[in-house]
Amino acid sequence: MIDNDVLERVLSAGLRTGADFAEVFASDWRGTSVGLDDGRIEQMSSGRNRGAGIRVIHGDTTGFAHTADLSEAGLLAAARVAAEAARQGDGGTRVVALTTRPTTPVSPIEIDPSGVPKSAKVELLRRVDDAARTTGAAITQVSAGYADGRTRIVIANSDGLVAHDERVRTLMRVSAVANGDTGMQTGYDSVGHTMGFELFDKVEVEEIARVAARRALTKLKARPAPSGSLPVVIKAGSGGVLFHEACGHGLEADLVAKGASVYRGKVGELVASPLVTLVDDGTMTHEWGAIAIDDEGHPSQYNVLIENGVLTDYMWDYLRSRNEGRRPSGNGRRQSYQDLPMVRMTNTYVLNGQENPDDIIKDTESGVYVAHLGGGSVNTATGDFVFGMTEAYLIENGEITEPLREGNLIGNGPQVLRDIDRLGNDFAMGNPGTCGKDGQGVPVGDGQPTLRVKSLTIGGTAA
Amino acid sequence: MSSPDRSGELLTIADRVVAMAAPGEQVEAYISRSLSTEVRVYEGEVEHFVSAQSEGIGIRVIRDGRTGTSYAGTLDPSQIAEVLAEARDNLGYGEADEWAGLAVPDGVAVTPQTLWDPHLETTPTARKIQLAKDLERMALAADARVRVDDSNYSDSFGEAAVATTTGIRVAGRENGCYLSVGTLADDGDETQTGFGFTVGRNVDELDVEKAAREAADRATRLLGATKPASRRVTVVLDPYVTAQFLGIIGGTLNGESVVKGRSLFANRLGDDVASPLLTLVDDPTNPLAYTATDIDGEGLAARRNVLIESGRLGMFVQSSYSARRMGATTTGNGVRGGIGGSPSAGCLALQIVPGRRSQAEIIAGIDDGILVQQVQGLHSGVNPVSGDFSTGAAGLSISKGTLGAPVREFTIASTLQKMLLDIAEVGGDLEWLPMRATGVSLVIHDVTMSGA
Repeated sequence: MIDNDVLERVLSAGLRTGADFAEVFASDWRGTSVGLDDGRIEQMSSGRNRGAGIRVIHGDTTGFAHTADLSEAGLLAAARVAAEAARQGDGGTRVVALTTRPTTPVSPIEIDPSGVPKSAKVELLRRVDDAARTTGAAITQVSAGYADGRTRIVIANSDGLVAHDERVRTLMRVSAVANGDTGMQTGYDSVGHTMGFELFDKVEVEEIARVAARRALTKLKARPAPSGSLPVVIKAGSGGVLFHEACGHGLEADLVAKGASVYRGKVGELVASPLVTLVDDGTMTHEWGAIAIDDEGHPSQYNVLIENGVLTDYMWDYLRSRNEGRRPSGNGRRQSYQDLPMVRMTNTYVLNGQENPDDIIKDTESGVYVAHLGGGSVNTATGDFVFGMTEAYLIENGEITEPLREGNLIGNGPQVLRDIDRLGNDFAMGNPGTCGKDGQGVPVGDGQPTLRVKSLTIGGTAA
Repeated sequence: MSSPDRSGELLTIADRVVAMAAPGEQVEAYISRSLSTEVRVYEGEVEHFVSAQSEGIGIRVIRDGRTGTSYAGTLDPSQIAEVLAEARDNLGYGEADEWAGLAVPDGVAVTPQTLWDPHLETTPTARKIQLAKDLERMALAADARVRVDDSNYSDSFGEAAVATTTGIRVAGRENGCYLSVGTLADDGDETQTGFGFTVGRNVDELDVEKAAREAADRATRLLGATKPASRRVTVVLDPYVTAQFLGIIGGTLNGESVVKGRSLFANRLGDDVASPLLTLVDDPTNPLAYTATDIDGEGLAARRNVLIESGRLGMFVQSSYSARRMGATTTGNGVRGGIGGSPSAGCLALQIVPGRRSQAEIIAGIDDGILVQQVQGLHSGVNPVSGDFSTGAAGLSISKGTLGAPVREFTIASTLQKMLLDIAEVGGDLEWLPMRATGVSLVIHDVTMSGA
């Protein structure tokens, strides 16, 4: 995308005002999406977005500028703006010599979606529509979306690093509406992986459609969710977002450094039930949050955050690890070339426990079984989090009984981690997610085995 | 981007694309360009300074009821032809929709708005940095228990043009600046968070003092908060919370949801769907609204629409597509998500017609309730199709007409349908917020609170 000698000159321009560090992040994204709604292929859309962001760090100050112009003149202009933004002054000339670091692919692709006929993408959506509508007569509306994208990335910095990567992601999402005497209900499901069009050789899109449709149909018979605090059993692969929100964000070193995390100063302490080992793993092949290198050029890693309940480490980007004199953990990510990198999660999951999941349900006298969670959010400084249950059932006398309407679950992260009292042996990854932080969204994955939390507050309307 | 010529430049690019339409094709070109600055201050020093420039083009082509779109984040002339060719190719894969089509000028006069302030362009960088530093300092000074997470100044200068083969040809530009601060308050082991903000068309309109005071107040007022007992209560939504609630209500009142069978309020036109105390308007022509605008995303005149009048559902907001499909007239509510895709129907600037009393007067009349000052998880806990409403909340308890101890880690739940009918009072304390809806205190009866 950009030659090394050009990158070297741009980095030198970035260092002109005496900065400690300069970086070029250039990306070229191309993607296609198709939407189906109301029984009709609505429109196919294709897009392209390329450009470069230039970051210059001088002491504790970062200057950043970006440009859609990838010519040497365009890059030099952006570098000068970033350098001025970082510090007024003259630091003389520093020469940068780049050495290409080979990138080991984490998610090799078999079929490049950009080479797949558009008609094949449309065909998937028709199959989804048919499958969802034939799941039940009460299904009155279906919308679905297919999207693929390929991003080529070049990262170079004044430490001499230059690294390249190519990321391909493919996604299908389905949303169904069911209509009955009790009004309308919705169901959703999606599948997304860091892989090419071979995704659809591995998963049957009809099954995603049926899952979404069944979620909507089930809720037609649902009763209002309870209100108050109850034991909650979370099905494998549906509750990773709990860990993402309840503690993942609080383990991001930028938030920790500012004292905006309840986990500050807790390394080495027991912060969770001894059952819990939590990992953030950018190397998990083909998962939605998988990356070969992070957006600062560092290889992704398997990072153990909590081991048998003890906090072992935070997640790090370049800036925060430099300040602490340690190695980055491959968690410096950004939404696009227009954004500064921050500490971000990749695939965050809890390792398997020992128990048969059926026993966990059997041993729960009265509670709620959550089979699918929607989004969530957390206040990292207090640990208070919420997430929405989009498929849930009552547990009565150790059995899953009636379906429940939607509502939020709330709790406090550190408390909930301690309150995990049962952990299954049926690990599964969840749906592809987009994690938002400071206005930037990045693809993330999550997963966990079936588990039980002793007590969570359920925000329903029933007594 | 200062002189009007530059917006003319965008329109020229749009015209050039439209001129390339083949016979039988409808073509729309949407062009945008923006410049923004963002300064973040931490502990008296600049943490980062971002200078951002973006541009892009989105092209929509419709032929025989089929739509194709394409977009690119560049105005490089060599790429524009490729974008048009892609959009044309894409339309071959869409299915014919008899209502598909671009907006057509409807003769509704534009209410002129002043969306551009030339003073902002000449504001020195040093002043912008100083404002963020002042805000941090003032928030710290407001209360000894307060720390500052980050203090931010940002501004943006945006311009856009839309032209179509159907006769739409408009261009406009808008600028503004924004100061915000995130705060933490500590008391022993406990930490709570807050935020404050202020917006303006130029830096002299920014109320730094107010932003600092509110940020300190939001963080400290929850210190010592406990989890309340579960029960049914009357809630008073703070203006900031009401504005978020209205954003959800607005989403259920658009014609597109109705025609696609996803609106709670389909077939309810003319019905009493809310308390007679509620009159809800969408009025982007009001210059006080943060999202005030003269034209909608399709290039039609923005207008004042009364959606609910004294509790009765009067109309839905419409884009040209949804209006055509419902056999209604467009309400100038085309909303564009960015350069890609097509505009869809949505509210632009919602507002409840205010009542008379202040929040303090309202609270004085409540025996058992909660003043909800913040909500968490509206995006995950509210289903705008079924109407199920559940959100995490925090605020102050109200007992016998008096504000009491802070409460947190509870949910409030009901359904959107029921909440609208349970509105017991609308406050007189209209507050213009940097959102698509305006705030006002709102009293809602019989909400389920889940806590301890």
